[in-house]
Amino acid sequence: MAAGSAAPTSGEYIVHHLTHLNSTGHAQKSVIDWSVINIDTMFYSIVLGLATVFVLWLAARKATSGVPGRFQAAVEILVDMVSEQAKGIIHSAESRKFVSPLALTVFVWIFFMNAMDLLPVDLLPKIGEMFGIHYQRVVATADLNAALGMSLGVLLVCLYYNIKIKGLGGWIHELFTAPFGSHPLLYPVNFVMQMIEFVAKTVSHGMRLFGNMYAGELVFMLIALLGGTATVFGFVGHIIAGSIWAIFHILIITLQAFIFMMLTLVYVGQAHEAH
Amino acid sequence: MNLNATLFAQLVVFFILAWFTMQFVWPPIVKALDERAKKIADGLAAAERGKQDLELATKRSTDALREGKEKAAELIANAEKRGAQLIEEAKANAKAEADRIVAGAKAEIEQEAVRAKEQLREQVAALVVTGAEQILRREINAQAHSDILATIKQDL
Repeated sequence: MAAGSAAPTSGEYIVHHLTHLNSTGHAQKSVIDWSVINIDTMFYSIVLGLATVFVLWLAARKATSGVPGRFQAAVEILVDMVSEQAKGIIHSAESRKFVSPLALTVFVWIFFMNAMDLLPVDLLPKIGEMFGIHYQRVVATADLNAALGMSLGVLLVCLYYNIKIKGLGGWIHELFTAPFGSHPLLYPVNFVMQMIEFVAKTVSHGMRLFGNMYAGELVFMLIALLGGTATVFGFVGHIIAGSIWAIFHILIITLQAFIFMMLTLVYVGQAHEAH
Repeated sequence: MNLNATLFAQLVVFFILAWFTMQFVWPPIVKALDERAKKIADGLAAAERGKQDLELATKRSTDALREGKEKAAELIANAEKRGAQLIEEAKANAKAEADRIVAGAKAEIEQEAVRAKEQLREQVAALVVTGAEQILRREINAQAHSDILATIKQDL
């Protein structure tokens, strides 16, 4: 809701918090409108993306084969974890040169974006309001555009490797002959199945992350509303529920980042396998 | 949850970040990890080699020690034998020398005795002659009985 309107109702509070700061200045009317861009999502995802590569670069810059410092060791643990997972899933060393760094970036970046959920829900929006920004959502991964954008990126990588490994002809052949077999009658069935598979993979990949983070954000808002009642029950409830949810959310943000990374590796790995 | 152009912007950002990591982050860290793994492997191998060397050296030193002991024992035995031999030789030499000295002394004593006897004989003869002279001075002429005296002197 617009600034200055005194004491919004619970519904208004939630709706206000779920409204993006976009290029139109007001909530998006239609479900799909390619002329609109969410400024808050772009801002936070780019800032956190830069933070991701900066932190990783800091460790990479001074990486030595000697005794590592704590910071270097921490980043190395991450790199090693991703590298081991990639080795287990993608058997082409050539592909791993791109896919492993991609998976690492995705993991750290999504973790950072998810971690924005742990900031108090009203903190950044209130600061924004002081500077005349009335709508703001700080968790970029709780924006379907961001989550689907990334899963679409993974889809493009999958298509690239499908064509690179199997050749364009080989891949098209596979589209019509797998998974049910090579028979003219089965061609359309196979093709439809393949299309459904690609769409389902990509949508579920993005939706899983988005859904988890969106729900998490919503729960934080409800907990904030509980505290917003300004009663003893509400205050104590806010503290207890907020603590429990935040602690639990540490698991969720890490797990969702990890799942997204693992699925990225799995999907790219599948692109390498001929049916 | 509306879809808009953010989706494509995010897609582009996604690839830019992945490219950056691939270019500037992943290679140095993986290189460092591999190098360290190699270093550790080398270190372990060197340690293993060192252990083997130590075992070998220990064995060699034990052998050398045993050999030295054996040699020393042999030397001592030889020296003892030689010492005993020297003592025997010295004893034999001393005995021969002593025998020689004793024999010399005996010969000298004998000579001396012979000489003393001779002297004694001369003196006794002179005494006898003197005694006889004195006895006979009163009764007989010494010149008349000189042949008898000579005979007596010869029998002494």
